[in-house]
Amino acid sequence: MEEPSAEDLAPGDLTAGLQKSRGGFMSRLRGLLSAGPGAADWDAVEELLISGDVGGELAIEVVERARRRKSEETAEAAVRAELAALLLPVEPGWRMEPAAPGQPAVVLVVGVNGTGKTTTIGKLAHGFQAEGRTVLLAAADTFRAAGIAQLRIWADRSGSQFVAHAPGADPAAVVYDALDAALARHVDIVIVDTAGRLHTKSSLMDELAKMRRVIDRRIPGARPEVLFVLDATTGQNGLAQARVFHETVGLTGIVLTKLDSTAKGGIVFAIEDALKVPVRFVGVGEKLGDLLPFDPDAFVAALFA
Amino acid sequence: MFDALSERLRNTLGALTGRGRVSAADVDTAMREVRLALLEADVNFKVVKDFVARVRERAAGAEILESLTAGQQVVKIVNEELVGLLSAGDRTFRLTGSPAVVLLVGLQGSGKTTTAAKLARHLQHQGRRPLLVAADPYRPAAADQLQTLGKSLEIPVYRAAAGVSVLAIARGGMEAARKQVRDVVIVDTAGRLTADAPLMKEIAELSAAVKASETLLVVDAMTGQEAVGVAEAFAAAVPVTGLILTKIDGDARGGAALSISAVTGIPVKFMGTGEKTDALEVFHADRLAGRILGMGDVLTLVERAQEHFDEKQATKMAEKLRKNSFTLQDMLEQMEQVRKLGPMGQIIEMIPGLGGMAKEAQASVDRGDLKRVEAIIRSMTAQERQDPNILNGARRRRIARGSGTRLQDVNQLLKQFGDVQKMMKQLSGGRLGRRMPGMFGQG
Repeated sequence: MEEPSAEDLAPGDLTAGLQKSRGGFMSRLRGLLSAGPGAADWDAVEELLISGDVGGELAIEVVERARRRKSEETAEAAVRAELAALLLPVEPGWRMEPAAPGQPAVVLVVGVNGTGKTTTIGKLAHGFQAEGRTVLLAAADTFRAAGIAQLRIWADRSGSQFVAHAPGADPAAVVYDALDAALARHVDIVIVDTAGRLHTKSSLMDELAKMRRVIDRRIPGARPEVLFVLDATTGQNGLAQARVFHETVGLTGIVLTKLDSTAKGGIVFAIEDALKVPVRFVGVGEKLGDLLPFDPDAFVAALFA
Repeated sequence: MFDALSERLRNTLGALTGRGRVSAADVDTAMREVRLALLEADVNFKVVKDFVARVRERAAGAEILESLTAGQQVVKIVNEELVGLLSAGDRTFRLTGSPAVVLLVGLQGSGKTTTAAKLARHLQHQGRRPLLVAADPYRPAAADQLQTLGKSLEIPVYRAAAGVSVLAIARGGMEAARKQVRDVVIVDTAGRLTADAPLMKEIAELSAAVKASETLLVVDAMTGQEAVGVAEAFAAAVPVTGLILTKIDGDARGGAALSISAVTGIPVKFMGTGEKTDALEVFHADRLAGRILGMGDVLTLVERAQEHFDEKQATKMAEKLRKNSFTLQDMLEQMEQVRKLGPMGQIIEMIPGLGGMAKEAQASVDRGDLKRVEAIIRSMTAQERQDPNILNGARRRRIARGSGTRLQDVNQLLKQFGDVQKMMKQLSGGRLGRRMPGMFGQG
């Protein structure tokens, strides 16, 4: 990483603007930007990035790169371009497909507790059903009290098939049975709901790795879509989470949930940059239709809104 | 991940020790590191600004104590300021009224329902008679979840049929508590976004109706910069009396709690430290401060060890060590136990003074040093694990092939194991024998 110069840190400016509300801060920022970028503009943009959970180090780095562009554009425009460059290009026409004809496509949904996995699965199932594909939900969250009941409600709402065991059962066995059922009934897509787990609990991560192995064993070459569900209000810990889940089960995509909140989800830049795993969907509400394909331009723009 | 402040400062300020004062240049360097460390811990950027300014003032020209380096001196000031901020406010948990009402509020997924059960258990252990009220009619199966948890704790749960308003549920809960002679009512509410005006109005009305003696905001320790905005919005709608910081058993540093306390003055009252219903703790400011700084957190380490170590197995192991019958098989089991505690670097980081070694330890794990040892032992027969003396050249070559390692790796492990055994012999039999000659018929 580039070392920022002392001037970037503007120590004399540390307490300025402390009392301002966000609205006042933003209008001040816009006023400054129209006059062409100066040190204060760059500082303001850096703060804006930090306040959107981009992270201190990455924000400094991005602003430093934008400054080196030495173009005529405003600080915001230069930083936007650098931020967009951190995100992976969207794969046009990406679609959930089975690895081989006659097999179900498999989606494994993982994440820490409380990020919105089960709700996301309800929305995904609804979306796939709307495309005319048959869906089976596998209730592999056997730990959380009423986790199975919660998924069953989503299965009913979306018109999906449903496979569950008793609470406390081995989640890998649920996955196995769900895949068996999907093969027998020629279901198009199996979505596996897993219990939320903190990435620091190695026994729970081992359990997840086992589920992944069951998928690979039951459907050789399945290439499941492994979706990491990330709450947009998550701060810098999001990167540590994503890293461990990626090492354990090989993530193929991210779902950024609760983007309808006031949070910006800026940790996604660090995650995409470090792990090269793209955000596939964003969650923007509690209704079945509130799951949208990720739009990098709109996402970057929202940081500055 | 291991960019703990103490390590950052050690790297930038070096081992500048003793005498003199912290120089102006050192202060600038240190403040940059303090700022980045706090931002990495998710402390709100406005709070960071304010905080750094205060630390700068104290650090500038501060006398460096004889026993400390300049870096340690700065860490000391930062720690004191953090503890000061986190200790602010009245952290007493008050239950008044009959029944007393505790209202839990927060965003979706922050852990309200689990926390409600934990709090009920906590109060039950203090001799209270709690009743849980499921006032989340929106999330599918939320009431089922609370009911399941309540049942496991043998604490009654009041729930209403679908379509009943939140206010009516709360009233029904109060009525049920009076009938069943319950003295505390814990109301679990739906998660809500602060931008959702109708739901924020709903929680305000609920709060006004139940007149809770404690209104607790449940905050996920992993929350980022928005934490302050969220807390302010909730505090504007309901009279928040305290925070419960959840999921602290992960590795998030939990700067969100500091931000909220610093900006709103709302004190942290409890911390959620695990998924089980007994994993709720009264808040300790010094422990969270150490965590934010990435300084040693021995207590967390001890807790994790308690959680993961099987006591019987530990006793068995101690016995083996005493009798000097510690085998390669035991060593393998020990390694598995330690691994359960979490990533090696993270474990080392929790031990005060070893923070600087965390990266190296993690690197050693990443290089596969431990994996190699495990692979070697796993390639041995049960008999070989019990008695490494039978390992002749042919056996050693087989083990190296079987574990995908080199012969010298196998030899090195066996030599290390031999050293360990020798050391144990001295510790157990030898010394005891010398001290009490003849008493046990052995020397």
